[in-house]
Amino acid sequence: MNEPRPRPHVVENVVLTKLATLLIPFILIYGVYVQVHGDFGPGGGFQAGVILASAYILYALVHGVDHAQRMLPRAITDRTAALGVVIYAGVGVVTLLKGGYFLDYDLLDPEHTQHAQEWGMFLVESGVGLTVASVMATIFNEIAEQ
Amino acid sequence: MIGDALLVLIVITACAVVRVKNLFAATVLLGVYSLLMALTWTNMDAYDVAFTEAAVGAGISTILLVGALILTGNRTEGSREKERPGVNWFALLAVTLLGIALAYGVHDVPFGDPTAPTYTGVARYYTQEPIVDAHVPNMVTVTLASYRGYDTMFETAVIFTAGAGLILLLRREEGSDSALEGPPGLQAPPRRDA
Repeated sequence: MNEPRPRPHVVENVVLTKLATLLIPFILIYGVYVQVHGDFGPGGGFQAGVILASAYILYALVHGVDHAQRMLPRAITDRTAALGVVIYAGVGVVTLLKGGYFLDYDLLDPEHTQHAQEWGMFLVESGVGLTVASVMATIFNEIAEQ
Repeated sequence: MIGDALLVLIVITACAVVRVKNLFAATVLLGVYSLLMALTWTNMDAYDVAFTEAAVGAGISTILLVGALILTGNRTEGSREKERPGVNWFALLAVTLLGIALAYGVHDVPFGDPTAPTYTGVARYYTQEPIVDAHVPNMVTVTLASYRGYDTMFETAVIFTAGAGLILLLRREEGSDSALEGPPGLQAPPRRDA
C-alpha cells in the first residue's frame, strides 16, 4: 500500500472543482455566523456544526478524502469531538465549583445574571457545535474510507 | 392553505419513497421530503426546527445515504425477481384501523389554543422570564441551552458516543496491512450498477 489507491469518485471537472472550492469559505463563515448568532436568530450549535461539517464534506467530495484528511487530520477531529463535550460539562463543573448547581449559568457572573446566562449559553453552544462538526466529519470519513 | 398543500406533497413524497425501486431515487426523494418538512416548519414559524431539518435531513443525511449506496449498490434485494409482492390484507386492515384511530384522536389535540395545558403551565414561565429579552431573544436557544441544559448536554454526549462507536467499528488502523484489508466477510461488496 505504498502508492495511494485510485479514487474513482474524485471529481475532475474543473468548473465543479473551482466552484465548490470557491463556496467553501462562504459556508464556513455562515457556519460561524449561525454558531455565534444562535442566541439572537434561528440556529445554534447543532445547526452550525452540521454546516461546518458540510464544508469539510464538500471539500472531500471534490478533492478526495485523502487530501481532505491531510487538511484536517482525524487525530484532530477525534479530539475536538471529545473537547466539545468537555467544554459543555466544564461549564457545569465551573458553576459547581463556584458554589451553585450544575450548569447554573448565573454563577458565572453573579452581579449580572442576564449577562452570565448569555455567556453560559454561548459556551455550551460552542461545545455542541464543536462536537457535532467533528462527529459529522468523522462519520463521513469512515464511510468514505470503506 | 400553503400548509395543507405542503402536507399533501409530503404524503405523496413519502409514498414515492416507499414505492420507488431505485435506491438512489429513494434517497433523493428523502431529501425532497426533508425539504418539504422544513418548509412546513417555516410555515408554522418554527424556524429553528426548519433550519435543523434542512441542514440535517436534506443535507447531511442525504450525503451519508448516498455514501452508503456507493458501498452497497443501488437496487433493493430481489427487486428483479418479485416486482409486486401480494397484498397482505391483515396488515392493510391493521394500518387502516390505526390510521382512523389516529385521525380521530387528532380532533382532541388543541392546536394553537392559547388555553391549552401546554401553554398555561411552564411555557408561560419560560417565555416571560427575564433572560428572554435583549440578551438572548431566541426563546428556543434559551430553552435548549439554559432551561433544558442537562438534556442538551447529554444529547451532545450521545452524538459523541455515536462518533466513538463508529470509529471503533469502522476505522482501520494505519500500518497494519491485515486490518487495512479487513477480513473477507467485512469487505464492501463489488459495486453493482443498476
